Amino acid sequence: MPKKDDNNPPNRILSFFRWFCRPEYLEDLEGDLRERFSRRSEEQGIHHAKRHFTLDVLRLVRPGLIRSFPMRIEITNKAMFKNYLKTGWRNLNKNKGFSSINIGGLAIGMTVAMLIGLWVYDEVSYNGQFKNVDRIAQVLQNNTFNGEVETSFNQAMQLEPELRNRYGDYFDYIVTTPGTYDQLLTFEEKKITKSGSYMGPDITEMLSLKMVKGTRNALKSPTSVLLAESTAAALFGDQNPLDKSLKINNELLVTVKGVYEDIPSNSTFGDLTFIAPWELEVKRRNLKERADWRHSWFYTYVQVSEHADIQKISTLIEDVKFNNMDAEQANKERPRLFLHPMVDWYLYGDFENGINSGGRIEYLWLFGTIALFVLLLACINFMNLVTARSERRAKEIGIRKTLGSLRSQVARQFLVESILVSGLAFVVSLIFLVGILPSFNVVAQKQIGIPWANLLFWLICIGYALLTGLIAGVYPSLYLSAFRPIETLKGAFRSGRFEGVSRRVLVVIQFTASISLIIATLFVYRQVQFVKDRPIGYDRDRLVRIPVKSNEIVNKFEPLQRDLLNTGVVEEIAGTSTPITATTNTYNNYDWEGKAPDLSNEFVGLNVTYDFGKMVDWEIEKGRDFSRDYKRDGTAFILNEAAVEYMGLENPIGTYMKRDGNNHEIIGIVKNLVTQSPYDPVKATIFRIDEGWFNHLYIRLDRSSNMQAALTQIETIFENYDQLNPFEYEFLDQAYASKFQDSERIGTLASFFSILAILISFLGLFGLVAFVAEKRTKELGIRKILGASEANLHRMLSKEFLILVLISYLIASLFTGYFIGGWLSQFEYRSKLSWLPFALAGGSVLVLTLLIVSLQTIRVIKSNPVESLRME
Amino acid sequence: MSKHHLGEFEEVVLLTVAVLHDGAYGVAIIDEMEKRLERKVSIGSLQTVLRRLEKKGYLSSKFGEATKVRGGKRKRYFCLTSYGRKVLQTTKEQRLDLWNAIPNLDLKKGYA
Repeated sequence: MPKKDDNNPPNRILSFFRWFCRPEYLEDLEGDLRERFSRRSEEQGIHHAKRHFTLDVLRLVRPGLIRSFPMRIEITNKAMFKNYLKTGWRNLNKNKGFSSINIGGLAIGMTVAMLIGLWVYDEVSYNGQFKNVDRIAQVLQNNTFNGEVETSFNQAMQLEPELRNRYGDYFDYIVTTPGTYDQLLTFEEKKITKSGSYMGPDITEMLSLKMVKGTRNALKSPTSVLLAESTAAALFGDQNPLDKSLKINNELLVTVKGVYEDIPSNSTFGDLTFIAPWELEVKRRNLKERADWRHSWFYTYVQVSEHADIQKISTLIEDVKFNNMDAEQANKERPRLFLHPMVDWYLYGDFENGINSGGRIEYLWLFGTIALFVLLLACINFMNLVTARSERRAKEIGIRKTLGSLRSQVARQFLVESILVSGLAFVVSLIFLVGILPSFNVVAQKQIGIPWANLLFWLICIGYALLTGLIAGVYPSLYLSAFRPIETLKGAFRSGRFEGVSRRVLVVIQFTASISLIIATLFVYRQVQFVKDRPIGYDRDRLVRIPVKSNEIVNKFEPLQRDLLNTGVVEEIAGTSTPITATTNTYNNYDWEGKAPDLSNEFVGLNVTYDFGKMVDWEIEKGRDFSRDYKRDGTAFILNEAAVEYMGLENPIGTYMKRDGNNHEIIGIVKNLVTQSPYDPVKATIFRIDEGWFNHLYIRLDRSSNMQAALTQIETIFENYDQLNPFEYEFLDQAYASKFQDSERIGTLASFFSILAILISFLGLFGLVAFVAEKRTKELGIRKILGASEANLHRMLSKEFLILVLISYLIASLFTGYFIGGWLSQFEYRSKLSWLPFALAGGSVLVLTLLIVSLQTIRVIKSNPVESLRME
Repeated sequence: MSKHHLGEFEEVVLLTVAVLHDGAYGVAIIDEMEKRLERKVSIGSLQTVLRRLEKKGYLSSKFGEATKVRGGKRKRYFCLTSYGRKVLQTTKEQRLDLWNAIPNLDLKKGYA
């Protein structure tokens, strides 16, 4: 017999035979089959043999020869599944209160998770709309000041031509722009304010603007302008905007050469609602004359060529500014240029000492964690409520099992039920989401919509609902399916010791998480409030800052001051070198009597005009304010308390500080003024007179004047002195408040979520207490008959839950105390780790627990024992 | 008695096993039957009957040798039990009784 592989009987048939044949007949029957097969293949050929082998095998499929098969589960699967759904549905319907707590809790958890999911998605997809997002970057620079590296986002306008000439091959597009800000557009009688910018013609290609009218290259003409669709509609209504002429800021006449689709709001260029040519800006501000390499007044965006490596180009252009600067200055500041890729702009926008230190990405992690927490709480709720009610279902499980259900089938039944509940919760949570999204958008300053038409959204959501159902249902289903039918049917069923313990552990986990969230939120609020309430050493009210843009203002300061005071709406006016809310100048290396020899000192310096003190209304501790009456005040210093402490002076008034052969008399000490981050301690500060140059004018408006009217009056006076530049102003209290904006927003969101978390936990507790009270109705009845007082019973029922919540509270306090201490220590000016938030959180949670427990139990306790004992 | 009733196919199988004596295993029985009776016997029907007869106690079986042709699987040899022999005997006698009981008739004529 040829020993070819092909000469064997067909494998598949053989395995089929082996599968169905009775094991005790298998050996000799297979032998017979093989014997016949080999004889046939010799006599009539392999194909004939194979065919007949198959026939033989088929003929063996007879009742006497096939093995016995157990009832296949698969056959009944569909029907059982229907049955599970039906039972599940009936159960939900039967216990409406319980079901709504369960579904509601899960739905809240899901809503939070979806909300955060949408928010995270929105954050991550920021700037994602631009086709070339991977290749766009901004040129930033690191400069070294006093040994510290500072990262600046601005560049000189000379950078663009330099990059084009020397490194042109590496870049597809380069754009220089002064930034986007509100400007006045005028068309015939219509005036609207829109934010827009001046940009090189490359911008249209870089952002792949979708043109509705006109073409992308229309910006090449120096008198053209491109409008966003919304701007065109606001300005021209239904008219065709193309080739219409309009004026920007009442000075630049331009012609509309194109209309582009609005750039989505969640992008860096979302506020770019019109684009005028860069050339226009150069001409308008006479930049060719005024700005050189030293003036980093602009932003420079680039798009690197295809397949080019942003990192490599980044190192390549590092010294471009360095090589073009005055050698001495260049060596001092050591400017290094680098590219910041667009994909990192939003989430990784912070730089510390020249190195990227993250940014908003931290909030993403923070809220992602909260979402997980809340979802976990909701799942725990579900598990607790289902297992707690398990005794109700014990008989059903017993009967199912005696009628032949396998453990796996019972487990599956409860999984199906839990997925049913999570599915319902998902539907409810969608409704919640629709309701809550608008207010969430306000708080988060977003424009998030629900992507109804997005298939991926649905896939994720449904997958996520299934997953939640599975996670929440796994424990109950394993636990319930393990019941022993005999015990449950005899009625002797008692939930085991372990079961009660595990449920208590879950309750403790749940409350630990939610109490921790609450304590942490309270501390964040306290810290922000503490810093907000910090005395700042001067009066913020009615103070207006006006940036000085023209030398005329400095040169004609005296007549300007006189004119302004004459209006009657101005109480006081003074100039400063830097904004009062952000002092950045430093002075160092002074000498004074009694100075520790190795103290290399550094002071914050603020140059002011004579009336500064009166204007800010500072508090003089010792000595006197600057005065024009004393000639020597031109070189005199006023120090703050921090400086006196820093210098270690006992009696500073009348002593001198020396540097470079100049003597500066200390004529006064003022109380500390907060001029930098309100979270940091006040630094040693020197105030000195400089009327020859200032960058900012501060005006205190008269108490009696109407602010808006006063500002208009001031504007008219300013226009007499500076015709070129638009009048701008900023209220100091707003500038100060904006320092808290971010932390306040995060605080609001965090408290919103922690309130939801505690709500879910209490919802769970509510259900649990209701169940326990109901379960013990008979016991309570008997106790009552035997003489227990209502107070007794109440104490007995509340004790268990109060102890659980108390334990969670203790764990949460230790836990958060540890972390909050670390968190607070990063602030120099910080609130103490006081017991108040702990007490507040603990007290309110305990009181609420007691309230909920009482609400549920009192009904049972009050009921007539006759009623409860007569049942059945 | 109907207790000992054998089907026609059962009877033939029992007889063939008896004929083959020591060499009665699946394939050999089929070969023998096909040769002697000139009828097709399917492996399925034969095997079912064999097992049924064994269960009734007419046959006994034991494993024999394995051969290469059989893929290393052993043969199962069947042999008649004494009970099976008795039943065959009874069947044969019943038939003969019937034959003998036919009245004085020429069979050939009767069926002509």
